[in-house]
Amino acid sequence: MPQPVVIVGASLAGLRTAESLRRLGWTDGILVVGDEPHAPYSRPMLSKEFLRSEIADDEVALPRRSSTADAAWLLGTRVVSADLDRREVATASGEVLGYGTLVVATGLRPRRLAVPGAGLPGTYALRGLDDAVRLRTALRGTPRVVVVGAGFVGCEIAAAARTLGCDVTVVMRDGLPLRRVLGQELAAELMRRHVGHGVRFAAHTEVVAVRGGPHVTGVELRDGTVIPCDVVVGAVGSLPNVEWLAGNDAVADDGLLTDTGMHVQRADGTSWDDVLAVGDVARFPNPRFGGAPARVEHWNTAAETARRAATMVVARRRGADDLAAAEAERFAPIPSFWSDQLDAHLLAYGRLEVADRAEILEGDLAGDCVVGYYRDGALVGVCGLGDRRAIMRHRDAVGQELPLPTA
Amino acid sequence: MIRIQVDMQRCQHYGQCVLEAPDVFELDADNLLEWRAEAADDQRTNVEAAMDVCPMQAIRLVD
Repeated sequence: MPQPVVIVGASLAGLRTAESLRRLGWTDGILVVGDEPHAPYSRPMLSKEFLRSEIADDEVALPRRSSTADAAWLLGTRVVSADLDRREVATASGEVLGYGTLVVATGLRPRRLAVPGAGLPGTYALRGLDDAVRLRTALRGTPRVVVVGAGFVGCEIAAAARTLGCDVTVVMRDGLPLRRVLGQELAAELMRRHVGHGVRFAAHTEVVAVRGGPHVTGVELRDGTVIPCDVVVGAVGSLPNVEWLAGNDAVADDGLLTDTGMHVQRADGTSWDDVLAVGDVARFPNPRFGGAPARVEHWNTAAETARRAATMVVARRRGADDLAAAEAERFAPIPSFWSDQLDAHLLAYGRLEVADRAEILEGDLAGDCVVGYYRDGALVGVCGLGDRRAIMRHRDAVGQELPLPTA
Repeated sequence: MIRIQVDMQRCQHYGQCVLEAPDVFELDADNLLEWRAEAADDQRTNVEAAMDVCPMQAIRLVD
């Protein structure tokens, strides 16, 4: 009996890989290994609807299709190492699992606050369902909340906490929330809306210590100011879960570098035929945005990279001609994301963060608007507030004007 | 014929489904979701894609 496809990470990307394999006709074994006790669930709502309403844990679960009913699921099991030459991975309990093909879908974990007091009760981070349950419980008593970091997760948690009636302060290094992604003007509008709802910002600073004992009582900023609070949420970015692949010569610099077929690359530029990466952890080239490999932490990227990887696995089994045809197919997904923050409903397509210029295409910032993001004069993204139909109309123009890649 | 249900208690009108199955889902002038409760069998793949991308996982196919 041939060795199964082993998918490490029972995440959205892991689930979509299993489903895509079955849809494409893969009939051999599939084993999905996940470190959380939960079956795959939808993560985006954890920082939004889940925090501010009473969605039950099982309502975030992703539906299980009959197509993957015969896949084996090993949940609550952490993979701690891999030997890619022997085609084996090992679990924390010492079990060794052989694979025919390995799909890495281990995603990210939150970067922890690295300041004194960061481990005190009352400090939180958000990535998984268990984190969200803990944070939601803490927010129920309308505590005073400090959110450290003003990326999407930080802004969404701040908005949810404010919606629940909490006193909320966001501490950020920059002068504006999400400026690196949204650009100056839209970020300023977003901040204006947060402030209009009573969210406070401590800008151009950082937390140097969490105060308290035994429970959190406040955070200390660089200039010595102390913001009293009961809850501290660290939302200071995330780190790819790749340590378990150490010792295999995989290029694990900010995620796993892959080729356009999602095959994991070695330091010498070659790639493994039988090791692929999908979802947040994969740093892959996208010709639509110039071809420089990048990790993309957006919802639809998980499914798109999963489908791409499954296509490669199935094509390789069918033979050289199928594989060549699959590899020749252009893989150029348009990232898609949304964010709900108080009365700001953002919807975006493309890669705003690579832009060198932004311009309002429709409407005005104070109401509904669509902003175009350009790099070297080419549209690389659109993002809007409010009118979703208007934003969607611009989607197909994203990435159309960039030159075709050479590699 | 396939039958489609959307849980409007959950739907947040993100419109991701519209891109996957534009013959079944659309946003109206107020940016609220409208959808066909029934569609031809050839829409199944598109509707399944729409189910997949729905951030709220609010779409169901009823067989």
